[in-house]
Amino acid sequence: MSLEPKAAPQVARPTRRTLLAGAGLFTLGFHIPFPARAATLGAAPTTPEVNAWVVVKPDETVVIRIARSEMGQGTLTGLAQLVAEELDCDWARVTTEYPSPGQNLARKRVWGDYSTGGSRGVRDSHEYVRKGGAAARFMLVAAAAKGWGVPPAECRVERGVITHGPSGRSTTYGAVAAEAAKIEPPKDVTLKDPKDWTIAGKPLKRLDTLPKLDGSQVYGIDLKLPGLLNAAIRDCPVTGGSVKSFEAAAVSGMPGVKRVIQVGDSAVAVVADTFWRAKTALDALPIVWDEGPNAKVSSETIAAVLREGLDAKEAFVGNKAGDVAGALKGAAKVVEAVYGVPFQNHATMEPMNATALWTPERCEVWTPTQNGEAALAATADAAGLPATSCEVYKIHLGGGFGRRGATHDWVRQAVLIAKEMPGTPVKLLWTREEDMTHGRYHPVTQCRMRAALDQDGNLTGLHMRISGQSILAAIAPQRMVEGRDPVTFQGLNPGGPEAAIGYTIPNILIDHAMRNPHILPGFWRGVNLNPNAIYLECFMDELAHATGQDPLAFRLKLMDNHPKHRAVLQAVADKIGWKTKPPEGVYRGICQTMGFGSYVAGAAEVSVSDQGELKIHRIVAATDPGHAVNPQQIEAQVAGSFVYGLSAALYGACTVKDGRIEQTNFDSYPVMKMDAMPAVEAILMPSGGFWGGVGEPTIAVAAPAVLNAIFAATGKRVRQLPLKDTDLRRA
Amino acid sequence: MARLNVNGVVREVDAEPDTPLLWVIREQIGLTGTKYGCGIAQCGACTVHLDGAAVRSCSMPLSAVEPGQKIVTIEGLAPDARHPVQQAWAELDVPQCGFCQPGMIMASAALLAQTARPSEDQIRQEITNICRCGTYNRVLAGIKLAAERGQAG
Ligand code: FES
Ligand code: FES
Repeated sequence: MSLEPKAAPQVARPTRRTLLAGAGLFTLGFHIPFPARAATLGAAPTTPEVNAWVVVKPDETVVIRIARSEMGQGTLTGLAQLVAEELDCDWARVTTEYPSPGQNLARKRVWGDYSTGGSRGVRDSHEYVRKGGAAARFMLVAAAAKGWGVPPAECRVERGVITHGPSGRSTTYGAVAAEAAKIEPPKDVTLKDPKDWTIAGKPLKRLDTLPKLDGSQVYGIDLKLPGLLNAAIRDCPVTGGSVKSFEAAAVSGMPGVKRVIQVGDSAVAVVADTFWRAKTALDALPIVWDEGPNAKVSSETIAAVLREGLDAKEAFVGNKAGDVAGALKGAAKVVEAVYGVPFQNHATMEPMNATALWTPERCEVWTPTQNGEAALAATADAAGLPATSCEVYKIHLGGGFGRRGATHDWVRQAVLIAKEMPGTPVKLLWTREEDMTHGRYHPVTQCRMRAALDQDGNLTGLHMRISGQSILAAIAPQRMVEGRDPVTFQGLNPGGPEAAIGYTIPNILIDHAMRNPHILPGFWRGVNLNPNAIYLECFMDELAHATGQDPLAFRLKLMDNHPKHRAVLQAVADKIGWKTKPPEGVYRGICQTMGFGSYVAGAAEVSVSDQGELKIHRIVAATDPGHAVNPQQIEAQVAGSFVYGLSAALYGACTVKDGRIEQTNFDSYPVMKMDAMPAVEAILMPSGGFWGGVGEPTIAVAAPAVLNAIFAATGKRVRQLPLKDTDLRRA
Repeated sequence: MARLNVNGVVREVDAEPDTPLLWVIREQIGLTGTKYGCGIAQCGACTVHLDGAAVRSCSMPLSAVEPGQKIVTIEGLAPDARHPVQQAWAELDVPQCGFCQPGMIMASAALLAQTARPSEDQIRQEITNICRCGTYNRVLAGIKLAAERGQAG
């Protein structure tokens, strides 16, 4: 038996010195993994970087450094396209690598922010990464010109080949890279006009596909290190509870078991030679919990608290104009409805995991993370060491969706375990059951919608009261504004470039009664745009039907001041054929919203059988993200976002009983599979002048488009998700 | 010691007989292309071929593998990843995060080995693997493309 077989794919290693000395010495340079296979270990130390973003090797390979995390969304390829565009290198020779968070710290954050969430990978960093590429180009050209003794302005570049026009001499990036590293970086550079782009903005293939086809891509779960042990963990099933006692002796003689360790107040881990043996022993380990103050909480008790919030006097205001109370009082017609969404688990395909190696002087962690810097901070904190004595190596993520960004609870656990075994690397892997029951869930909310309509069916007033959980209160209280959680109002803000409502309603009040249950919330792909779009867009549909108006026309009347919102809505209406009759038995729904800086709209075609079975035939989605860096990736993101959004809307709910999450695996938390996957038609309509995200916004229009189509088909208005709890048979 | 034929190589493995084949492949044999996603036969991330048929290795104990049965994992599907399914996947850029893809590819290859030209309905019914990134439409297109190629070649 061998844990270190020859057949191993890429192997990430701590430095030999670290292991041999058991001390925290560390080599510099970019010796550790590797998002793309081509970014081989130890590439950089022999070739000096041109600047922080670009290394050109003598064989003309261009290594572009990427600070954000690739988790399937294509950010790696998109960011590399932006750098390569300004660099004018040969795209066929581009590879990428992740600079480590520790190096970012040591180099005064030369790579900026590592956080990869909120669909921000490209939109927050496009300017400085492009400048990084342009500066490297400047330095490479200057080095060639200096060698020839000619003015740089007389040189041109095409695909990494520098040519001096007047003399016809030419050289390559690889040949001058070492000299370029010595050139003074330019103070400022001019970026290309996006209309002149030849690499960025093009539907190029991903850089990271090949290793994903033959099993060679290394994820955190696959990591191998010399002497590595494996850990399985069980945290108290009730958040807020703790470990009372456990009987280590009952399992310490089981095959492969090395240690049984209490982790913090609330968890117990078994460390063994293999994960399977660790898990087997953990399953056999008698643990007594103190379930703490939340042991009686259930979905029903949470719902009751939220219901109370719907009528509470006090609420944080997110959007206010005119006099809603007056409008409701004077209305010809008042329409009212209460909606709600449950907790959702991220259920990334790869469960949470981290590998940690702790010594009294140094701590190293290998983990899939959406935010390397935050992972480093969590490592240092748990290790009891300064961040400068710690390092985090980012490993390719088997899905992120927000779970692997804001809190690094699994990293803390791994470090605490490793701390008990100085000098031994330990890989902690959560079972799917641990992952399902200890998530950072999409927050639970309810919403009461109240509308005032005049006698002509015009919307004169809208009160939207959201009651429920705040994400920021739980995980980033420092981002709260005077007690208010601004993220609650995604898609509902009175204006601004991020997430503004697309309707002008003379009297409006949108407010939030914050009610925070003990189940921990997190950023879940699409975040609060998801429920907010369901609440607002399904209710707009209700209002149109209540006043006998066409749902598209009803909306358009309110959108004169919102041309970008209107344009995407009109685009999906045109594409789905809103004006034409759908095929027999097929019904349509439509919606729009804005979030993560992008304008999005959706339209769906569904049918519902006499037995109440839903079939989604077709979804059309339009996105205006300002600039589109890679149209092919955006199309994949849109289709994927619908799977994620519809999984939640149709089947997903994490319910609470006796203080704990009831769903434990994909049998009780079903998700969409291929049999239910509709055809997706993505319309990309970048209008220029701004940078919006693409990983998340369209997720929010999946559910309302389908729910509105279901109403058209059945006359049933689904207001409490998931849909599976509703009988769709026609009454 | 059990003997397993994995990707054409016979190996001795030292594991308890009730250890799932998945963990024997990943931890004893060290081939980590086969993934753990659920452990209860729900997601298909652990799909390998057992005598050519797709099986979910997380739910098959080592003791259930008979001597002489041939196991193929993603690493051994085809030399240089030249299987028509892998080629179609590369052409259509199917993977997103990629974690489910070894299982998707193994399930798809087994389907095509059994049914050279599956209908779209057949594909949708047979491929029940979970992909949280939502690559289903490209997987579907990939299988169709591989089927066409297979037919032509
Ligand atoms: S891990 Fe085997 S089916 Fe999910
Ligand atoms: S590609 Fe990420 S789970 Fe399928």
